Amino acid sequence: MAFKRVIPCLDVDNGRVVKGINFLDLRDAGDPVELAERYDHGGADEIVFLDVTATSSHRSTAVELASRVAERIFVPFTIGGGIRSPEDAQGVLDAGADKVAVNSAAVADPTLISRMADRFGSQCVVLAVDARERASGGSWEVFTAGGRKESGREAIEWIREGVRLGAGEILLTSMDRDGTQVGYDLDLLNAAAKAVEVPIIASGGAGSPQHMAAAFETGADAALLASILHDGVTTVETVKNALLALGVDVRPIAA
Amino acid sequence: MSSSVGTKIAVVDHGTGNLTSLTRALSKTGSTPVRCTSPADAEGCAALMLPGVGSFPNGMAALSASGFTEFLKKQAHDRVPLLGVCLGMQMLFGRSGEQGDTEGLGLLDGTVRPLDAGNERVPHIGWSLVQWSRPSQLTAGLEAETAMYHVHSFVAEPGDREDVLGTASHGEVFTSAVERENIYGVQFHPEKSSDAGLRLLGNFAGIAAAVDKKIAI
Repeated sequence: MAFKRVIPCLDVDNGRVVKGINFLDLRDAGDPVELAERYDHGGADEIVFLDVTATSSHRSTAVELASRVAERIFVPFTIGGGIRSPEDAQGVLDAGADKVAVNSAAVADPTLISRMADRFGSQCVVLAVDARERASGGSWEVFTAGGRKESGREAIEWIREGVRLGAGEILLTSMDRDGTQVGYDLDLLNAAAKAVEVPIIASGGAGSPQHMAAAFETGADAALLASILHDGVTTVETVKNALLALGVDVRPIAA
Repeated sequence: MSSSVGTKIAVVDHGTGNLTSLTRALSKTGSTPVRCTSPADAEGCAALMLPGVGSFPNGMAALSASGFTEFLKKQAHDRVPLLGVCLGMQMLFGRSGEQGDTEGLGLLDGTVRPLDAGNERVPHIGWSLVQWSRPSQLTAGLEAETAMYHVHSFVAEPGDREDVLGTASHGEVFTSAVERENIYGVQFHPEKSSDAGLRLLGNFAGIAAAVDKKIAI
């Protein structure tokens, strides 16, 4: 039985962290590597970097980011954002990333998932799904292009297909909850966890360790943390200790 | 660890896996990783590291294609410290049933079979406690139970239980670390296991420094 994972997520634009960070004692609050190193030492079980650089130089910025991270971070890390081909994925994996996350490009061409899984193994392929509940309730629409574009696909169906094609893990973001800090969408998580056997990373809505405990209870294997870390509300260490106190089976922070 | 500073460790690059993290982690512990695409590159190194991800048949085919199969067997018999990581540990064994039946290096007695995870998810991805079966130089300074990062669907089943250095649990108790004389293997990824993993890699460099063999081609 693997420990439940706590995974900080950083949005990176041209090598700099996008969202505001309020740690006073950081030399450079915009450096993703320095921040990630802090998360590693604080007990982060993995780290996710989403490269949101929106220029033609994208591929090289993602590779450069992976390379810089690999030099100083000794927990697994995932690079996502703009991966459009197995060749893109190869670049960041060669640079030291453990997994790649694909989203829009996989929706546009689902064979991208199987081509990557065949080449690198399913354990390297994270299918990121941005989902918003449909007005009818009980089903969720998949959005692409950073949440700007409706895909016409239902999220649970898409997750099933993605796993069938070889996705080894699902990074499932509730767009309804993202940034709200009111808790994860547990209905969405529950439906996804029941639909597939691969691990689900819950994302969107974390505001407290209680929210994370509820996500784990609902079937998530990991919980992504963004705004509550970046806003300086809390630290990975505090979160993990709180989860341990709540009886959640997370990796204790090494003495 | 100071005695192992600069110890040259040959990292076998058979082209199927990502060695960046492993070599960076070795550097971090003070040893000097030498990436080897052919046996000749390992000249002068004090130890061998055999990484690997992907399928067992692919791994063995890649080892064979790059000329490492016989080389590794010979060095292991010559008592050069050898550490297999993940698929690299599995390849130390006699055979694997992954995608048919494939012969391994046969340096350790036993077979590789699918993880019997029961109700747990496969692949087993994540941090799991490894319980050390006995003291070893490789695990010196680590807690009796140490969380290590695992990514695998198959497990090695040593023919000789004496070779088991550590076990972890994921639906079943499986062998997560092995040791027989100069041959070591870990199913987990020390290079991704934060401080505990770095410690283990530093210990391996220490073993190599103490044995003080130099690979001669």
